[in-house]
Amino acid sequence: MLLRSCAFVFGLFLTTTSAAQLEIQVTRGIDNPTSIAVAPFAWDGLGSAPTDFAQIVDSDLARSGQFSPVSRRDMLSLPAAREEIFYRDWRAISTRYLVIGRVSQGTQLRVDFSLHDVERGVELFSGQVVSAESEARMAAHRVADSIYEKLTGIPGAFATRLIYVSVTRNPDGKDFYRLTVADADGRRPIVLLEGRDPILAPSWSPDGKEVAYVSFESSRPAIYRQVLATGKREQLTNFQGLNNSPVWSPDGKSMALVLSKDGSPDIYLLDLETKQFQRLTRHYGIDTEPTWMPDGESLLFTSDRGGRPQIYRYELATGKIERVTFEGRYNARARVAEDGRNVALVHQRKGRFHIAVFDLVTERLTVLTETSLDESPSIAPNGSLVIYATKRGERSVLGAVAVDGGVKFSLPARSGSVQEPAWSPMLVEQ
Amino acid sequence: MTTKNTLGKAAVVVLLATLVSACSSNAAKEEAAAQAATERAAAEQAAAAEAVAAEQRAIEKEKAMVMQEQRETKRRLMDAASSAGTVFLFDYDSSTLSDDARAAIDAHVALLMSGSANARLEGHTDERGTREYNLALGERRANAVRDYMVASGVPAYRLETISYGEENPVAYGSGESSWSQNRRVEIK
Repeated sequence: MLLRSCAFVFGLFLTTTSAAQLEIQVTRGIDNPTSIAVAPFAWDGLGSAPTDFAQIVDSDLARSGQFSPVSRRDMLSLPAAREEIFYRDWRAISTRYLVIGRVSQGTQLRVDFSLHDVERGVELFSGQVVSAESEARMAAHRVADSIYEKLTGIPGAFATRLIYVSVTRNPDGKDFYRLTVADADGRRPIVLLEGRDPILAPSWSPDGKEVAYVSFESSRPAIYRQVLATGKREQLTNFQGLNNSPVWSPDGKSMALVLSKDGSPDIYLLDLETKQFQRLTRHYGIDTEPTWMPDGESLLFTSDRGGRPQIYRYELATGKIERVTFEGRYNARARVAEDGRNVALVHQRKGRFHIAVFDLVTERLTVLTETSLDESPSIAPNGSLVIYATKRGERSVLGAVAVDGGVKFSLPARSGSVQEPAWSPMLVEQ
Repeated sequence: MTTKNTLGKAAVVVLLATLVSACSSNAAKEEAAAQAATERAAAEQAAAAEAVAAEQRAIEKEKAMVMQEQRETKRRLMDAASSAGTVFLFDYDSSTLSDDARAAIDAHVALLMSGSANARLEGHTDERGTREYNLALGERRANAVRDYMVASGVPAYRLETISYGEENPVAYGSGESSWSQNRRVEIK
C-alpha cells in the first residue's frame, strides 16, 4: 500500500490542568488527500476571537487523513466574505476546495461559513452554527462536521468527546488512575475520578450526558454511573465477585453488565428505573464484554463456552444464543458501529493481539493494525474510525485507524499510560 | 481461684475455733485441749491449702508448656507458609494449579486451619488479551485456589476472592519474563 506520511502535532497551547492531554499525530493518511484551504475566520466582536476557528476546522479535516489542508503562509489572499474570494488565487496554489467564515458575538456566538469549489468557481454550501461562547471550540468542530459531510457524504464526528483512563506511576511505584473526558481532538481534558484504585470499562449513555464505569475504590470492583455536567454519582452494583462491563441500551432505559455473584461471570440486564436485575446468560464458562446492537434487540458478548473466547449473539426476545466469530482462536471485546454491520474487536493472530473489523453481513474479518498488544476498540459515532489502546514500550497509548484501514493516527499522552478509550455518541448541540 | 477459696475456708475454720475457746474459758484444761485441737486443725488446713496450691502450680506449668508448644507449632506453620510464598503462579490462559502451587497452598491451608484468621485471594493476569476478559480470568484463578482450600477443609466463609485482571502487574514490560510473574494469585 502506498502511504503518505505526515506528522501533525496539535495541542500546542497547553492548558494548566492536571489531566493528561493527548497530542494527535497522523501517522498515515490516504494516497491522494484532497487539498482544502480554510481561510482565517473574521471576528465581529469585542477584543479578539475566543479561539482560532479556522485552525480548529483545518486540524479536524487534516486528522481525518482524507484532506490535506493548505498552510496559511501559502494563501495569496485571506477572504472572509464571498465578494473577497478570487478563485484564481486558490487555483494558483492547486487548492481544490475553500472554506471561509465569520464569527459574530452576541448573547451567543454565531458562525457563518461557506464551502467553495475552486475549480468550478462556485459556492457549494453555506451554513451557520450557534453556540455558547464557552463552547467556541465545539462550534468550530461542528463547522468541520458539516464540511466533512458535504464532501464525503458521511456525517463528521469531530464535535464529539472521548473518555479514557490514564495511569501514571507515583515515585513509590504505585499506579495512579484518572478517568478523563476530553474533546475528540484530545483538548479540554477534565478529570472525572482519580485515585489509586483501578478504573476500567468506561462507557457512554446514549445521550452523551453520563458515563458508567468500574472502580475498585471500595476494595472490590463496583459499577457506577456519573453525570458529566454535575459530577453526581451513583453506585449501581457492588455484588460479591465481578461487577463489570456496564453498557447502556440504545434507548437508555437499561444497562447490560457482567456479574459473577451466582457462580461464573454471566450477562445481566439492569432496569435503571426499577433497579431490577434480569439474568440473560447461564453458563459455567466466562460470559463477558456485552455490547448492544444499535436496534437494541440483541447483544454481542464474549464467551469461552466453546473452549476459547469468541463472539456470540444473544437475542433478547427469545433468549437464543448463537456463535458469531469462527476465525482464529481469540476474538473478544466487540463494539458495533451505528450501521449495525461493522464490528470492531480484538483478534489474536500468531500470538499477537490486533484490532480487526468483522462484517456481520459478509462474515469477513479484516485485521486493521500491525501492533501486537491492541485492545479496547471503540468506533466513532459516524462509523469512520476505530480508536483503541496499544502498547508503546512500557506505556499504553491510544491509536485510531479508519474502518477501511486507510488512515491511522496515534494519540500519545505527554506522560503515563492512556487506555480504555470510549468514543461518545453524536452530541446534541447545547 | 481454687487456691483463694481453700484459703478462705481455712480462715473461717480458725475464726470458729477461736470463738469456741472464748465461750469455755472457765475450765483451763478444756481450754488447753481445745487450743491444741484448734492448732492441729489449723495446721491440717494449712497443709491441705499448700497441697492444693502445689497442684495448681503444676497445672499452670503444664498449661504454659502446652501454650508454648502451640506457639511453636503456629510459628512453624507460619514459617512454612511464608517460605512457601504468598504468590501462586499460573500458565498462560490457565487456571489449573501446578504441583508447586498446590504444595505452597497446602502450607497456607495448614496455617489457616490452626487459627481463625480470614484470607483474601487476589487473582491477576498478564497484559495480553482484553481487560474485561482478563478480569474474569483472574477471578477464575482466585476461585481455583479458593476451591482447593475449601476441599482441604478451610471453611469457605473465611476466604474472600477478588480479581484485578491485568490492572496490578508486579512486573512491568512486555515479554514472557514479566508475563509469567503477573499470572498469579496472591494470598493476603
